[in-house]
Amino acid sequence: MSTQSNLERVLKSGTFAVTSECGPPRGADPEVVKKKGSYLLGYVDCVNVTDNQTSVVRMSSFSACLVLKGVGLDPIMQMVCRDRNRIAMQSDILGAAALGINNLLCLSGDHQKFGDHPTAKNVFDIDSIQLIQTVKGMRDEGRFISGQEVKGKPNIFIGCVENPFADPFEIRALRLAKKAAAGAQFVQTQCVFNVEKFEKWMEMVRDLGIHEKIHILAGITPMKSIGMAQYMKNSVPGMDVPEEQIERLKGVPKEKVTEEGIKIAVETIERVRAIKGVAGVHIMAIEWEEKVQEIVKAAGLHPRP
Amino acid sequence: MIVANRKPFEEIIEMLKPYSKILLLGCNECVTVCATGGSKEVAVLASEIRLYRQKEGKPVEIGEVTLERNCDPEYVESLKPFIHDYEVVLSMACGCGIQFVGEHYRDRLVLPAVNTTFYGVTEEHGVWTERCQGCGNCILHKTLGICPVTRCAKSIFNGPCGGSQGGKCEVDRDIPCAWHLIVDRYRELNMMDKYLEIQPMKDWSTSRDGGPRKRVREDLKI
Ligand code: SF4
Repeated sequence: MSTQSNLERVLKSGTFAVTSECGPPRGADPEVVKKKGSYLLGYVDCVNVTDNQTSVVRMSSFSACLVLKGVGLDPIMQMVCRDRNRIAMQSDILGAAALGINNLLCLSGDHQKFGDHPTAKNVFDIDSIQLIQTVKGMRDEGRFISGQEVKGKPNIFIGCVENPFADPFEIRALRLAKKAAAGAQFVQTQCVFNVEKFEKWMEMVRDLGIHEKIHILAGITPMKSIGMAQYMKNSVPGMDVPEEQIERLKGVPKEKVTEEGIKIAVETIERVRAIKGVAGVHIMAIEWEEKVQEIVKAAGLHPRP
Repeated sequence: MIVANRKPFEEIIEMLKPYSKILLLGCNECVTVCATGGSKEVAVLASEIRLYRQKEGKPVEIGEVTLERNCDPEYVESLKPFIHDYEVVLSMACGCGIQFVGEHYRDRLVLPAVNTTFYGVTEEHGVWTERCQGCGNCILHKTLGICPVTRCAKSIFNGPCGGSQGGKCEVDRDIPCAWHLIVDRYRELNMMDKYLEIQPMKDWSTSRDGGPRKRVREDLKI
């Protein structure tokens, strides 16, 4: 059975998919979300709404998803395991489905140490793979984790993330296999800067036949500045930014750096698109949503089906 | 063992402000092994306090006692003959001992001189690390001897997360990623195929989440 997800429709039609991301604001103003959404309308198939990313308090993913739905986008609600136990998670899944959210992305979540409330208690009742199982169980079997019946199944398209660049490298494809087996239908990867390593990972994925079980969207992030590239390289755990890419940004005049960053992103899309088994891209233009249109157009992915 | 850390001196001094007759209590068990609250540390802290209060012009009288155990009534009761000679007890035992002594002498406050931190091991001389959280439902047979509940910052059962890099945890580059260690064990034991098994959700009811725990052995009761 299919869901109402636009992403599912696009992926099943065999079209190269495009998703992007919207980080909710650190306040209660829905206009900020609408504005970000307006940049993406017509350029993406679905838009992720992050769940207190980097453990910084923001408007809830649930609410921001509804705001985006209101402007005509199909949101992907992100849910991390850091802040909710299995009771709250299942409750939010029901609520999301009731209000027409068609997609859920299951993640562990960054540790609260990195955020604005490092003294918080974390939850981690279940992990991301078990969360995938939970959504699938509720949707397909109509059962809560407890085994009790769900009256009115949540019809949700299930996503996950995977980081091909984290260690140990040898299990990164196996871990995706676990997620697919748990019930994930699409995966968005960590930002791809090191395309060679991503190719190697995709080779392992293909050897295991996982690309036939799950739609793979490669993560793309345009670099705004040399500082951002250096920060990503040195300070974000699990991020692999090759030195050549930083050199390339350094090699252009100052006022051309952002342009070069966009160019690299577009080239990366073209390169990952050529890899067998890659079904789409997930463009994470962090606090730079207005650039997504330009990237999508330049990559020849506009108009959207 | 239970590993504890001495509280900052300023915090201890602040707690002791209203008192001038203090019983400083140590323990011969875990806190001795982790060099936090044995007779040696009791003696050091006692002289630090004396010196400080002397300088302040508010001298104190400190009694120094180190019990065999603070978690056993037999030893705790041995304080009876002299505990009332003091206004307050400052304990360097773990949190269990601190509470237990307080329960026995309800007219005396027992103040903590240590922060009880974890169940751990002596990894090398002077280095202690955490190994167990006492979740009440051991899964070490499934994770090849490494506890992800305790040693993974996110208590992930199907790790490692995307932040694992170079064998280290995303939370602290000095801490090994528990799941990296587990994967190493799978490889060493030629069990990589087992990695694909999805570990089920944990029943936390046996853990602290189920409320304070109690163990009863009827056959041992008198
Ligand atoms: S890096 Fe390893 S130990 Fe740290 S949170 Fe992730 S899986 Fe757990």
